[in-house]
Amino acid sequence: MQSIEPSKNFEIRPKLSDAGAVEGELLEVSMGPQHPSTHGVFRMDIVLDGEQVVKLKPVFGYLHRNHEKIGEGTTYLGSMPYTDRLDYFCSMTNNWAYALAVEKLAGLQVPERAEYLRVILAELTRLQNHASLCGFFVQDMGASGTPLMYAFREREKVLDLFEAISGARMMCNFMRFGGLRCDAPVGWLEQVQKVVDEFPAFLDEFQALLSENEILMARTQNVGVLPRDLVVNASITGPLLRAVGVNYDIRKVDKYGIYDRFHFRVPLGERGDVYDRYMMRVLEMRESVGILQQALKSVPGGPIVDPKAKLRGFRPKAGEAYGRIEGPKGELGFYLISDGSPNPYRYRVRPPSYINLTVLEDMCLGHNVADVVIILGSVDIVLGEVDR
Amino acid sequence: MLALESIKTQVEQAIPGAKLEIVKNDAPSAQHSLLVNNTSGLAVAKYLRDEPSWRFDYASNVTGVDWPELELTEKIKVKKVVDGVEKEVEEVKKTVRPGYLETVYHLYSMELKHGPLIIRLRTENRTDKVHLPSLTPVWRGAEFQEREIFDLYGIVFDGHPDLRRILMWDGFKDFPMRKDYAEPDDYEYEPTPHDEVLDKAKQHYPAGA
Repeated sequence: MQSIEPSKNFEIRPKLSDAGAVEGELLEVSMGPQHPSTHGVFRMDIVLDGEQVVKLKPVFGYLHRNHEKIGEGTTYLGSMPYTDRLDYFCSMTNNWAYALAVEKLAGLQVPERAEYLRVILAELTRLQNHASLCGFFVQDMGASGTPLMYAFREREKVLDLFEAISGARMMCNFMRFGGLRCDAPVGWLEQVQKVVDEFPAFLDEFQALLSENEILMARTQNVGVLPRDLVVNASITGPLLRAVGVNYDIRKVDKYGIYDRFHFRVPLGERGDVYDRYMMRVLEMRESVGILQQALKSVPGGPIVDPKAKLRGFRPKAGEAYGRIEGPKGELGFYLISDGSPNPYRYRVRPPSYINLTVLEDMCLGHNVADVVIILGSVDIVLGEVDR
Repeated sequence: MLALESIKTQVEQAIPGAKLEIVKNDAPSAQHSLLVNNTSGLAVAKYLRDEPSWRFDYASNVTGVDWPELELTEKIKVKKVVDGVEKEVEEVKKTVRPGYLETVYHLYSMELKHGPLIIRLRTENRTDKVHLPSLTPVWRGAEFQEREIFDLYGIVFDGHPDLRRILMWDGFKDFPMRKDYAEPDDYEYEPTPHDEVLDKAKQHYPAGA
């Protein structure tokens, strides 16, 4: 389609000293976009000195469809099913972030029962996202198959719950402004309880298999270390941020929804290496199980949507709002500007995994190519969200 | 909600030449913002990050917004002499708001856990004066987001370390998120029988593509 230079997969160029003398050879490698470790269509231009990375530039946009422009061309509600396609592993949390922004824009209140169901759905999303991320991540390291399949077995149980409540495994399109689309079917909460009760057994098994595994420790400890100052300055959020020990969890800071009613701890790392990021996810899953156990005990009855919320002819007053939640990958925010018409004037997604890629080069410099694969795996990107 | 008034006066006292203006937001969210003049954008950003009482160390979200030229109509009542009798007549007064491009920064503090503080920067127009100071030297987190705004809106960020297109391909000519962007009818390079379609496609793909 374009007259860009045909992509060369390998190119050898001279390595120059500061004075300009040829000292050796550098190899420029184009890694991706179809490389299995990139979790989608993602490319890295890497310059290698022997086995070591001296420069790395992420290249993406292969899935770009200008989601934000499409959002401006449709009604507020029309974008809701489209948010599912951003981070297609976590459609429930995408829905929630968007609904939260619109609720702030239009001043809608969410009924109690809907808030509880939202928390349950969001924490289930976190469980399945983190479980499958850990599986993929170990797969990237060469543990072919087994841990990933164990993780996907658990993920499938959660997706069955999503299917039962929303009709779809992944493209849930379940939340509405001021509540939810429909109530949970009879017996659904008992099913959730069963899955949640069984989940710690999986976590124990997973940790026994992996957390003290010698190969995993050798490959991940002190790899991809990020300094604390850089992480904060580069707007890194989610498990990557907390792996360096910064205590910033939007569930605690903003207390959106009803998160102030639950007791949970925010796991914090120390070194900020790949191993810490892996442990963050495992520990966050344990905390999520705790939140779910508390939430399931006290789900009240009642309506599931704000009676003031209009499905048709929804026109918020002119103004703007930014709503954000702690998604499994980091801060997921939606920024909306309304001009009083049925369509948003500006519809902006703050994609966590896109912004977390800012420091990919900093993490990879000086490491081997094989480490780049697991460092990228530990960032947890989904290209549907990165490219939008 | 942060006290915007006091931030405004503090910043204006600390930085000579800084002119701030509070932009009201009528939505129930009540997230008001501060409009900063372009020339002192970088200094204001540094001050907000380093001042111990604010410490906005985390630039969460950077957004580009396009505001094309807009004709505002306002009905005003004017006294006029019609047929020898003084009457009150309604007249339509038209004013033109010049177009501009805008970047919006949502700032939070990870250290003090407050926010958001919203600051805005506006270009002079939408055609030739589209330069804004890059805040990437202050917050590295703005790097990819400013690149995205450059890519989709065409705002040129002075002082950005690596200003290239990020989501669209390098040879792309237009800025797709602008309100007046015209989509080519046909993205296919293959010739189609429609001349207009071909002409339009040519504008998007340089010769020889």
